[in-house]
Amino acid sequence: MSAMKSLYIVIVGGGNIGYYLSKALLNQGHEVLIIERDVRRCERLEDELGSCCMRGDGCETVVLSESGLNRADVLIATTSQDEDNLVSCQVAKHRFKVPRTIALVNNPNNDSIFRKLGVDATISVTNTILEHVEQEIPAHPLIHLLTMTGQMEEVVELLITKDSPAVGKSIGQLKLPQDTTIALIMRDGERPKIPAHDAVFKENDRVIALTTLESEKILGKILLS
Amino acid sequence: MPGTEALKLNRKTIVIMGCGRVGGKLASMFDAAGHKVTVLDLDAYSFRRLPPTFSGTALIGNGTDEEMLRKAGIESANAFIALTQGDNRNVMAAQIAKNIFKVPRVICRIYDPLRKDIYEQLGLESISPTEVFADLLFNRLEKI
Repeated sequence: MSAMKSLYIVIVGGGNIGYYLSKALLNQGHEVLIIERDVRRCERLEDELGSCCMRGDGCETVVLSESGLNRADVLIATTSQDEDNLVSCQVAKHRFKVPRTIALVNNPNNDSIFRKLGVDATISVTNTILEHVEQEIPAHPLIHLLTMTGQMEEVVELLITKDSPAVGKSIGQLKLPQDTTIALIMRDGERPKIPAHDAVFKENDRVIALTTLESEKILGKILLS
Repeated sequence: MPGTEALKLNRKTIVIMGCGRVGGKLASMFDAAGHKVTVLDLDAYSFRRLPPTFSGTALIGNGTDEEMLRKAGIESANAFIALTQGDNRNVMAAQIAKNIFKVPRVICRIYDPLRKDIYEQLGLESISPTEVFADLLFNRLEKI
């Protein structure tokens, strides 16, 4: 494999996440700058990581300009305030044309809102933990498998039970949301198959679907109840 | 009475986030003019600024929270005004009102003039009190 391209990454917020993230990214050979409001926190970060910290408010244009955001490849906003993370990403994107912005989202509802407002990728700690919990519970009716980076799409797994309204019906008969595709039906003793329009759902089918954060609830209602 | 009839037709639903001096004043003005007003604030103590005659709704809650905005009736609002002390909070709530709930008229207060310029370019109607007040003082003192 060829050597990975070294990126210039600006991280807003030098809390625990900002710190461990910077440490890992520096180890991977990237150029990292942390913007942190608190002077003492800044000093501590510099003691530990070398000179890679700048004191200031990561939402302010002047501060972001000084950080050399013009040439940054990525901005990651990791503060505990969602609104600050949103503004950092939007200013980075629109004023400094940063190609990729990533925001930490504390309120899981802000996940889809931030993406609609132009943030390239969002990470919700609450949702991430929830996804893991779902996967640990045997036969949870809807499991989040994957969220596509930078898009509204996600891959989910659904388990058809005997009470499911979809049992005995074909894909064509069900009024699935426009942006939702049934990608795979997995059945015990059979090879997983890409279903045709007239494929009929049976009890115990495991269904892999490509859907969106918004249509996920409707899909759940149609296939699960 | 023809006057009240006309008022009923023009009765607007207005959601104001932040019941500080400006928010409280604006809410009581719209209320007195016969409009349906909902004011949001994180702190119940802020509602002391509303006059005893205020007939609108005062709600404790965070205006950057989608669910809270729904509770405040944002879906049927004609206008949303973001007036908290935090520029970023205002910017976020105003964008949710405008882009997610499609409120027809959204105005956002942004103290930082640079940030105001950016969001204005992005199509958010914004006012910077800093700029307005500095302009006002400058104009008054220009001819001393």
